Amino acid sequence: METSRLRLRFVKTDNPPVWVRPLIPVLALVVTFILTSALIFWANANPFETYYHFLIAPLTNKVSALEILVKATPLMLTGAAVTFAFAAGYYNIGAEGQLFAGAIAAAGLGVAMKEVPAFITLPTIIIAGFAAGMVWATIPALLKVKLQVDEVVTTLLLNSVMGFIVSALLNGPWRDPNSGWPQSPEIGASAIFFKLIPRSRLNLGFVIGLLVILVLWFVLTRTSFGLKMRAVGLGKPAARFAGIHVGRTTLIAALVSGGIAGIAGVAEVAGIQYHLIGDLSAGYGYTGIIIATLGSLNAVGVFIASLFFGLVDAGAQTVSRVLGVPVYLGEITQATMLLVALGFFLLQRYRLRRM
Amino acid sequence: MEIFIINLIGATLRVSTPILLAAIGETYAERAGILNLGIEGTMFFGAFIGFFVADKSGSLWLGFLIAVLSGVIFGLLMALLTVTLGVNQHVSGLGITMLCTGLSLFAFRLNYGGRSIPPSIESFQQLAPFKNIPWLNTLTEQYLFTYVAFLVIVPLAWWLLYRTSFGLKIRSVGENPEAADAAGVNVFAIRYAALAIGGGLMAAGGAFLSLAQLGAFTHGIIAGRGWVAIAIVIFGNWNPVRAMWGALIFGGASALQLRLQTMGLQLPIPYETFLALPYIVTIIALVLAGRNASYPAALLKPYRRE
Repeated sequence: METSRLRLRFVKTDNPPVWVRPLIPVLALVVTFILTSALIFWANANPFETYYHFLIAPLTNKVSALEILVKATPLMLTGAAVTFAFAAGYYNIGAEGQLFAGAIAAAGLGVAMKEVPAFITLPTIIIAGFAAGMVWATIPALLKVKLQVDEVVTTLLLNSVMGFIVSALLNGPWRDPNSGWPQSPEIGASAIFFKLIPRSRLNLGFVIGLLVILVLWFVLTRTSFGLKMRAVGLGKPAARFAGIHVGRTTLIAALVSGGIAGIAGVAEVAGIQYHLIGDLSAGYGYTGIIIATLGSLNAVGVFIASLFFGLVDAGAQTVSRVLGVPVYLGEITQATMLLVALGFFLLQRYRLRRM
Repeated sequence: MEIFIINLIGATLRVSTPILLAAIGETYAERAGILNLGIEGTMFFGAFIGFFVADKSGSLWLGFLIAVLSGVIFGLLMALLTVTLGVNQHVSGLGITMLCTGLSLFAFRLNYGGRSIPPSIESFQQLAPFKNIPWLNTLTEQYLFTYVAFLVIVPLAWWLLYRTSFGLKIRSVGENPEAADAAGVNVFAIRYAALAIGGGLMAAGGAFLSLAQLGAFTHGIIAGRGWVAIAIVIFGNWNPVRAMWGALIFGGASALQLRLQTMGLQLPIPYETFLALPYIVTIIALVLAGRNASYPAALLKPYRRE
């Protein structure tokens, strides 16, 4: 890198000081705030007041604090899904479609199993959602492993295809005749995720999200398969040389990734909406990619990033309600933070030296 | 029947225009080795800012110009992230899409509130060079942008990429940046330029929708057209002329679908099949090409001088 200016020069270091790493999110946050405050001024609001309502106020009362966890749930799941694949060097951009595959399974079985008791229905829809996400992820995964077709493009395009499948279902056979909107009939009571805390939206989905994060952590750091995955992620030729079955490892990582994304769809249908709808996901599959990246592809990082994004989502609603700053400030903050943090992650490998 | 077909062709040209512009933009980027997933957001922002500026200033052309400029800026931002900093391309692209979407919706809500009927403007007029011949008029009554896209942008892109030294440089930094660098090509500058041109074209595609075809801005204005463009670039083997055929096939499928739907025809298959088809065809094309798919060899790989 030859960005020399003012007799200063970036020099590459392989061992950034330990204190730099935790500093990056903080720095990224500060820079993000400075950048976005221009928009807040435009909305005729005070940035400090806005950020108070944005990031502090949601934590001060129980209702909105729980809402943070509700918003974080799908992100924990899609973030974990993407991490699983990315860690093995498989760039699954298809979590959005896989989420809907799981949602279709949950919405279908949720209606079909109305008469079945909950202790059977709940595990069934979760497993079916996992399987559906996995099946949808199988297409690009097999194409990658068997035919070397690049997965970034196929997974991305299959998201659109899934969007049309959902639309065809909702405008066709699954359309609820009693509703003015294209949505599937409501799932049975036995398929609904029970509430963890009464009078809140927090439900079983959050616990499932936590379990998945835990499993992700365990697999990545405590199993030989996790080690193999990361080896493949770091470099396929070297992994192959070390005797790792690269194709099989990639395939398993891709399928499990799809399955986890499928569970995210189940959690949205069974925990929040109770129907299949076209707007089920606010781009959670894509946000999962951002979560996984900001969480540096590890379970703890994904968990923290999900909670933070949940806070931003909840806070954006508060800000919009209290100060009239459009709710999209949340999305802007998340995107800006990603781009700024990406820059910082790379810069940490460089040191500023005087020439 | 003839009228139906002529109508359909005319509509196809109109529907293909924004996708074609974006696909040519993406072709520039990918030929230089950068997969720009910011395409969907760049189109969205182009559609918004074009509409916004035209509405406030009363000049459609100013709106269009600013839209193209915004696309160039987002292309440069993509370049800063992926070329200078060497950040993962798909993550940066998706980040830019999210940023553009957020910014557009934020500004739109701030200026137009949450009204249910989208605000509209007096849009560009269509050109009618053959007013006196009805069938030819149906075919050729198109926006200026459609003419420019098919008759200027596509041939120009082909000529630029295959017949000029600038085009050779773009292709060489996308195929083998090390060799290009050794031959004295400024890899970074060429990639910046390709992304800037590409971004401008993507935003032009978005602005076509808000300033010409619809004369309004809505949340669903782009509705995945950027992803379609990505499919078309691959389907067209990174060749602008073939991308044009791809855009026409897609435009034809969606124009046909729309016509059949408005005619109230009961089809044995859901109409979404027509819309999903181009994606499936692209995936099949990728499979058939398999290992031989002529991806620019350095696509997705950051270039470092070390």
